[in-house]
Amino acid sequence: MKNFQVAIIGGGVIGSALAWELSHYKINVVVFEMGSDVASGTSKANSGVIHSGINSPPSSLKARFCVEGNKMFQSLATELGFPLKWIGKYVIAKDEDEIKELERLKTIGHKNKVAGLEIHDGLIVKKKEPNISCIAGLWVPTAGVITPYECTIALAENATENNVRFLLETKVKYLKKKADYFVIGTNKGEFQADVVVNAAGLNCGEIVSMIETPDFQIFPCRGEYLVLDKTYGSLIQSMVYPIPNKELGVLGVHITPTIDGNILLGPSAEFIDDSYDTSTTKEMMKTLFQEAREIIPALPEDTAINAYAGIRCKLASQKTGGWADYRIEESKRNPGLIYLLGIESPGLTAAPAIAKEVTQMISRRMNLEKKTTIRIQAIRRSRFSEMSLDEQSTLIQRDNRWGRVVCRCEQVTEAEVIDALSNPLNAQAFSSVKYRCRAGMGRCQGGFCTQHIVRIMEQQFHKDVKELKLKSPNSHLFIGNVRREI
Amino acid sequence: MIEQTADVVVIGGGPAGLAAAISAKQHRANRVIVLDRNQWLGGILPQCIHDGFGVEELGVSMTGPEYAETYIEMAKSQGIMFLTETMVLRFNEALEIIAVNKKGILKLKAKVIILATGCREKTRWYSMIPGTRPSGIYTAGVTQALINLYNIMPGKKVVILGSGDVGLIMARRLKFEGAQVMGVVEFLPYASGLPRNVVQCLDDFDIPLYLNHTITYIAGKERLEKVTIQQVDHTMTPIPGTEKQIACDTLLLSLGLIPENELAKTIGVEIDDHTGGPLVNQRLETTIPGVFACGNCLQVYDTVDMLSFDAKKTGQYAAEYFIRKKAIGQNSKKGLIVHAGVGVRYVVPQRISTYGTIHFTLRVDKPRGATTLLLTAGKKEVLKKKLLGVNPVSMIRIDANISAEIFMAANELEVTLCDN
Ligand SMILES: Cc1cc2nc3c(=O)[nH]c(=O)nc-3n(C[C@H](O)[C@H](O)[C@H](O)COP(=O)(O)OP(=O)(O)OC[C@H]3O[C@@H](n4cnc5c(N)ncnc54)[C@H](O)[C@@H]3O)c2cc1C
Ligand SMILES: Cc1cc2nc3c(=O)[nH]c(=O)nc-3n(C[C@H](O)[C@H](O)[C@H](O)COP(=O)(O)OP(=O)(O)OC[C@H]3O[C@@H](n4cnc5c(N)ncnc54)[C@H](O)[C@@H]3O)c2cc1C
Repeated sequence: MKNFQVAIIGGGVIGSALAWELSHYKINVVVFEMGSDVASGTSKANSGVIHSGINSPPSSLKARFCVEGNKMFQSLATELGFPLKWIGKYVIAKDEDEIKELERLKTIGHKNKVAGLEIHDGLIVKKKEPNISCIAGLWVPTAGVITPYECTIALAENATENNVRFLLETKVKYLKKKADYFVIGTNKGEFQADVVVNAAGLNCGEIVSMIETPDFQIFPCRGEYLVLDKTYGSLIQSMVYPIPNKELGVLGVHITPTIDGNILLGPSAEFIDDSYDTSTTKEMMKTLFQEAREIIPALPEDTAINAYAGIRCKLASQKTGGWADYRIEESKRNPGLIYLLGIESPGLTAAPAIAKEVTQMISRRMNLEKKTTIRIQAIRRSRFSEMSLDEQSTLIQRDNRWGRVVCRCEQVTEAEVIDALSNPLNAQAFSSVKYRCRAGMGRCQGGFCTQHIVRIMEQQFHKDVKELKLKSPNSHLFIGNVRREI
Repeated sequence: MIEQTADVVVIGGGPAGLAAAISAKQHRANRVIVLDRNQWLGGILPQCIHDGFGVEELGVSMTGPEYAETYIEMAKSQGIMFLTETMVLRFNEALEIIAVNKKGILKLKAKVIILATGCREKTRWYSMIPGTRPSGIYTAGVTQALINLYNIMPGKKVVILGSGDVGLIMARRLKFEGAQVMGVVEFLPYASGLPRNVVQCLDDFDIPLYLNHTITYIAGKERLEKVTIQQVDHTMTPIPGTEKQIACDTLLLSLGLIPENELAKTIGVEIDDHTGGPLVNQRLETTIPGVFACGNCLQVYDTVDMLSFDAKKTGQYAAEYFIRKKAIGQNSKKGLIVHAGVGVRYVVPQRISTYGTIHFTLRVDKPRGATTLLLTAGKKEVLKKKLLGVNPVSMIRIDANISAEIFMAANELEVTLCDN
């Protein structure tokens, strides 16, 4: 049985941020993730917004960790080398009543110490965002965007470089409390840890029930998105939000420019029964377009290249208004077991701050001594498509795999695919490649590059085609060869 | 950085690019360079190992690779230069091209550019099919490449959405390789592929064709598990109560092709919404002077024979453009606007910039019986032709003479069908 001081269940952004934080200390840490890569749950399927903190009630944990997390993100991004853009956001008002709502949000923002909030007249908004129709807008300069899976991957990979163990495709199946440690049973055997952190996102309830009766219930609430073709990337410069929907405790369908130049429409909000049901529906696709048109009237149809859905992990039901605060606490019945419950939006923003908080909690149970040396992020994935011609030339001279474009839509080269596959987590699903270098993410959605990536996996990583997976342990791509190779 | 100059640079080494390059050379262009991002020449053809290429053009039925080989040989023997595994990243109005390959970044200065970039397949998101996002969903062309070029079998139990030629051909191919083909689902009341392919690929193998049906849901947590098919009414709206589930592990999408013009769009080549290809004049020149187009990036062709025929014209016009300066001042921004009227989906060329005999290709909007094709300029009838029956799956080709008088007098040329 392998022995660890801290075991984290869940390799989402929360688990990965915590792992990264803990990787600065002289303790041994393991992360169990049942998916084939980190960020295989909600952390890959959200808006990717670094929120400012105007939406959560003052003195709530959501407000506190959001504001704290927001302040930490720039240095995190610089240190780990993932892109972050402070593009700011507008919350827009369509009529006089909604202007009152803007005032209300501004007041909340002030109480939460969010800087730079200004209400702009419709004409000023129009100058900045000519495609938007509104009579006024609350300008929030401290809102930014990241690519959520890149951030999670960077946290996890750097944590690995600093000796945290990430065990992928490893599902926690039972949990037992012994005298002063826990036994964690997985499909890859049993492990032992002094402290267990439940960062299993939507599964947080299931994990709790493995060891005690939960005093809460999770109400999954699905949010669907549409991804628009890059051609429409210039429709807006900043994020644009409607007035939040109070009945559902969500922010409403907003329009978000992504780091890579696409535009996201969404999310919808729909309470559902199955917390794994990330399917997208015809009705919502239509609704998303309609609601987005309320914001950008000239939004053209047939512009989506992809659709996805993420599920909010809510501790409050639709009936009770859908809003509840985070629960970040140690189990009273099973000391040493730390719960992170209901980490819904702004969970991505809050992740680094929550990680610090949990580290504090852990320090009460064990001696946390800082490591003297930390390996800085070795992997700064450079993108061929973003380089100057001179940089491109130089790289090709050094390694000619930079000269072979594998994904034509996103202009990703063989060198980048190989680099993505050589990641320290040893995550090797197709989505692992896609999330690291964007191959297959463009308008043809893998039509051209699938076969090239297959070849690279076969020839350079000695994989059998039967083993290749799309994104999760059983998402096999092919059944084998047509004929035996001659 | 490697710098070079050329008379003609052809972007894309598929059948269109090869035919255009050969023809440009025959029309006295000296340095002709063909660039292709694949490792091979021939574009999509090497994966089309079935028969039926070259029948109309060369009078023999060949496989795709054989047909391609004919052209590759011809091109090589004429001293055309090729750069494979070379991807064009962009070009500008001064006709300077930036491309990349394993040797480095290439800068090519051309006298004319011919676009022959082919097309790409529509994906699941083009028709926004709802449901989960499991593995096992492929476009038909990708599947064709996987099986024929990479020796990879995608699945065992297959449903095909869309009855385009690629989908039909793959139904048969998969059956040959031992897969169970559960059916081909098509939302139109007729197959969108060639009738001969419906017979040879489906009927002969007892593969059901579900006309007036579409897929309304995709299910499967990790690998595809089943799809829901549903009947549609004449407005293409699914009819409640007609849902039927088909268990399958693979879904092939044959939803049609989109001309690949991302490169062209970035420098402002105007695109015709109906063809998806560049707007061209009768000399197949786009709205950017010196940039010509041919093949499936201009419009999606039914057969490669006709495509090669037209592409040769493009090669000729491109060569003449800089050798004889004949086409100067014939930029497709000026001249008669060709308008697709009643019954007609699109017409190529979309502009007429000088008088003379003009070769038109067009498609109708839906199948009809006997009808009359009418070309009118202003109020004047230019051409009237009886057609026995028309179908959008078959391109119509027609020559018409536009006299100097008509050219001077009219602003628009309208192409319509009239049923009488
Ligand atoms: C629609 C939507 C939009 C959002 N937008 C934003 C936004 O713009 N900004 C923002 O700040 N926040 C946003 N959020 C919130 C944010 O995405 C989440 O708070 C955050 O991703 C939660 O991370 P997590 O690590 O807790 O959960 P997850 O990412 O779900 O991670 C949990 C992980 O645990 C694993 N796991 C579960 N059970 C087990 C087990 N038994 N064994 C092993 N592994 C297991 C899962 O596979 C999963 O990878 C949004 C959320 C949604 C749903
Ligand atoms: C499955 C299938 C079955 C068919 N069956 C038949 C049949 O039975 N009979 C028949 O007559 N026809 C058939 N066809 C049609 C025929 O094959 C196509 O019409 C023809 O291949 C299109 O030629 P093209 O040159 O326009 O495009 P392609 O063959 O697609 O060639 C375009 C080339 O351009 C290259 N390219 C694109 N962008 C760039 C760039 N930026 N830089 C460098 N290179 C670039 C591409 O790599 C490609 O090689 C079939 C087609 C398919 C797909």
